[in-house]
Amino acid sequence: MTRPRYCLLLAGLGLLVGLLFLASLLTGPAGIGIGRSLAALFGGGDEVLGLVMREIRLPRAILGLAVGAALGVSGAALQGFLRNPLAEPGLIGTSASAALGAVIAIHTGLAAAFPLALPFAALAGALASVALLLVLAGPRAMTLSLILAGIAISALAGAATSLVLNLSPNPFAANEIVFWMMGSLADRSMLHVWIALPVMALGLAMLLPTAGSLDALTLGEDAGASMGVDLGRLRLLLVGGTAALVGGATAVAGSIGFVGLVAPHVLRRAVGSRPSRLLPASALGGAAMVLGADIAVRLIMPDRDLKLGVLTALVGAPFFLHLIVKTRGDTP
Amino acid sequence: MSRLTLSGLTCRLAGRTVVDAVDLTLQPGEFVGLIGPNGAGKTTLLRAALGLLPFTGHSSIAALPVRARARAAAFMPQGREIAWPLTVEDLVALGRVAHPDAAAAADRAATDRAIAALRLDGLRHRPATSLSGGEQARALLARALAQETPLLVTDEPAAALDPAAQIEVMELFRNLAAEGRTILSSLHDLGSAARHCSRLILLEGGRITADGPPEAVLTAKNLARSFGVTAHVERGPHGLIFQILGRITR
Repeated sequence: MTRPRYCLLLAGLGLLVGLLFLASLLTGPAGIGIGRSLAALFGGGDEVLGLVMREIRLPRAILGLAVGAALGVSGAALQGFLRNPLAEPGLIGTSASAALGAVIAIHTGLAAAFPLALPFAALAGALASVALLLVLAGPRAMTLSLILAGIAISALAGAATSLVLNLSPNPFAANEIVFWMMGSLADRSMLHVWIALPVMALGLAMLLPTAGSLDALTLGEDAGASMGVDLGRLRLLLVGGTAALVGGATAVAGSIGFVGLVAPHVLRRAVGSRPSRLLPASALGGAAMVLGADIAVRLIMPDRDLKLGVLTALVGAPFFLHLIVKTRGDTP
Repeated sequence: MSRLTLSGLTCRLAGRTVVDAVDLTLQPGEFVGLIGPNGAGKTTLLRAALGLLPFTGHSSIAALPVRARARAAAFMPQGREIAWPLTVEDLVALGRVAHPDAAAAADRAATDRAIAALRLDGLRHRPATSLSGGEQARALLARALAQETPLLVTDEPAAALDPAAQIEVMELFRNLAAEGRTILSSLHDLGSAARHCSRLILLEGGRITADGPPEAVLTAKNLARSFGVTAHVERGPHGLIFQILGRITR
């Protein structure tokens, strides 16, 4: 994989994300023409239309891009760190814990009283899972103990979520919880954007410096360490960065599966399998996937509120199976 | 200025002392073979010396900050792990991760030199995971070479190589040593170690029991005690010839 071809790939993916972002802005129940929509977005023309564009569609498109990029890049980083193409951001227990935080906020009525309690509770859940993970796995944690600790935390958070559902006061609360967990970007405001973006930016700032170390880790932990990779620092950056990205995404969008698993997998060959190059490519790929899926849920069943997480899993799982069958012959 | 100094290096794993108070100094230009029976602690000694395992005592390499270690010593571990199907060229270039401040041209030149040294030119654009075991070993060795460090540490570099490739690697190490680099390799093939190394270190139960030129280390007494074998050793016109003859049954 030469450098010009890689830049071309990134440019192509960037263009795709840009087009999908625009399409997301132009998709909605209020059928408005392209020219009028864009004029309204930048403050020209109709005032009501401007409100629709700036307060409803713009946050939805921004969140689609950010959530997809967060899931894509953290999936790529985790796969590189664990040297396993089956790793996904949920593996270290962050998404399950963030969901638990949100579910508790819904259950206790906190979310109904203060709309922002839900995302903050989800972030708190994500933070707690990271602290627990680092305590459980220990300071010199090898890959295996990190995975085991992550699975244990996921299982615990899943069980606690079930308990909350089990004890939910009425079917409406249970319904709300179940629907929230399916993941959606509908009816989000700019406030959600301002909650999620700083957390995700922090996560990205922690993950991007790990690129070179992830490359070196291709040859194993011993070889990586002998090439100057500080494994302890790498582990902290990786776990912290992934938790911030996934926690931020789950806090505003609920659980959206398969993006973090599929996006890196689809693009791995195209970037010559280098983990460092997969990070930006997978961020763009994830953004394109979530933007596309979020447009699709609005087009397929506009009046049934099809959930985003349901669609990504429905499309992602068979696609993943197809990839497995296709690459079965030529992977070691 | 020595390339590696160990003093009182002791390493305990799971409550067992695997390396016991090892003192060792390696000089520039030495090609040192680390020999010993299975379980003698060869791999543990190499890993601890490089700071990859916790230990007590002193190692001049492990005492350096992580980034400086990578410019002082390159390491080819025994496990031949290649997680992703990188091309051979990209894999060899990974050695340059150790030199984050080097110019791109210097990186490319070092990568090309390493690829040429292991004759990997024809495989340059092949995915490393699709190569045979021996070819993978050569690619991984080229990666360590591309790191261009004064000390090169390899754990069983010749395992899985056919005779010609094995000799090629040993001669490469000899040439590198002649250029002033220092090579430390754990080796199982005593015949090849006897022929090519300038110095052998015999490790037994975590302790160094013999250290010196091959003829001084591969004595009948040492071989009987640590390996339980007899051998024929002879210095002829082709250098030192070493052949295992049989097992000593006790």
